[in-house]
Amino acid sequence: MRFGSLYRLTVTVLPMSGEVAVIEFESVSKTYPGHAAAVAEFSLVVPSHRSVVLVGSSGSGKSTLLRTVNRMVEPTSGRVLIDGEDVRERDPVALRRSIGYVLQHGGLLPHRSVLDNIATVPVLNGIAKREARTAASELLERVGLDPKLGRRYPGQLSGGQQQRVGVARALAADPEILLMDEPFGAVDPIMRRDLQEELLRLQAELHKTILFVTHDVDEAFLLGDEVVVLREGGVIAQRGTPAEILGAPADDFVRDFVGADRAERELSIMDIDGRAVAVDGSGRPVGVLAP
Amino acid sequence: MNWLTLNWPQVIELTRDHLLLSAPAIVLSVLLAVPIGRLAHRRPRLGGAVLGAAGLLYAIPALPLLIIIPVLFGIPLRSPATMIIALTVYGLALLVRTAADAFGSVDPRVREAAVAVGHSPLGVFWRVDLPLAVPVLLAGVRVVAVSTVSLVTIGALIGVPSLGTLLTDGFQRGIPAEVATGVIATMALALLFDALLIAAGRALTPWTAKRRERLLPRAETT
Repeated sequence: MRFGSLYRLTVTVLPMSGEVAVIEFESVSKTYPGHAAAVAEFSLVVPSHRSVVLVGSSGSGKSTLLRTVNRMVEPTSGRVLIDGEDVRERDPVALRRSIGYVLQHGGLLPHRSVLDNIATVPVLNGIAKREARTAASELLERVGLDPKLGRRYPGQLSGGQQQRVGVARALAADPEILLMDEPFGAVDPIMRRDLQEELLRLQAELHKTILFVTHDVDEAFLLGDEVVVLREGGVIAQRGTPAEILGAPADDFVRDFVGADRAERELSIMDIDGRAVAVDGSGRPVGVLAP
Repeated sequence: MNWLTLNWPQVIELTRDHLLLSAPAIVLSVLLAVPIGRLAHRRPRLGGAVLGAAGLLYAIPALPLLIIIPVLFGIPLRSPATMIIALTVYGLALLVRTAADAFGSVDPRVREAAVAVGHSPLGVFWRVDLPLAVPVLLAGVRVVAVSTVSLVTIGALIGVPSLGTLLTDGFQRGIPAEVATGVIATMALALLFDALLIAAGRALTPWTAKRRERLLPRAETT
């Protein structure tokens, strides 16, 4: 079902990847002075080359958790490990350059051209500007943008285009890990859908370890190999595949949060003229069962 | 006009002197105000005191300042250095706050994103903070440039030659044409500096021009 929507059904043959780019949270807590704990005792393993989505409403600490991975937030206690190494042992600048990061508002540098934005990390790593720009131009195509846009400034692009550039920038140094902090939250629904499809397509080719944060349950189910539903304060309400969570919500909070009872999620099959038509809880047809 | 045709070599020479006093002062003001302004922006508590002190500098009357500086720095009273230091003091008074504001005008989300993708602290300053501060900073530098060019004329009172010499000399000897030449040449020089700074600003901030281009046609259609 998830891959049926891909534009191209290319069968990618990947080298069997070893267990690299594993992110582990070990009892991570973060308390800001004068506030209740943003995150308390959070533990999770993000397996190699899989996409894990943290989903929760505001106050669930999902962004805080994501930002402990690249040390934009330092935990008050607990550890974050990448391939067994505590990120605190790593130089923060080198660590951040080794991780792709996509932010909600693009976070592009308004004074640099699109190509230079994409080439940011390779250039910081000392790759020649020209070479980095050529690679950036290819990446631009890869995320579905006209390479001609490369000379423009971010302010001249639409919100959706900026987010694509943000994804291209995150991929430029070919990191094993991608952190995505509500990357599609600020674009309109149609554009968001396109971006989500694009990400699925890219992930089918690239197989990064993706930690994705969103408040949108549908987005979480679409993009996550695994979904982690968070309550207030970074408490895990349930973790599992989208099917597991939707099929067997752990409790009322999860049931309510993922909308397991929503009419559009309650599908039933009706026989209409000998064809099995799926209808939702309000009786609206949503599809036909494949023969 | 007659006065000018007879004395233009002197006017040229004084214009050159005027330039050699004002340009270094403007450059020094910028070079000092930018780091001080950045510090004031980064450390708001210290910054408040720094900004207050910098503002007070402008309240020092010019003549006492011109007498104190040689004493403090151990340089002759009637030297270009005295003038340049005094002008830099006034330039700083005007520019430090603007410099702090210029860094304050940089979108913190852009700065944070730059850090998050792996800019070092120094990289953030040179590649992000400084270029993005240019539009506001430049507005301040334009004020400083014009003010400095006009303040240079005070130097004539302590005998440092500049276009101001035409003013004092013209008043003393009762030559209106000489005074007028001094005033017009000073203003022309100030306008020239301003034009150069506007051009430099355009060259340094191409992204703002592009944005204007894009926004204009859109504004028409909506």
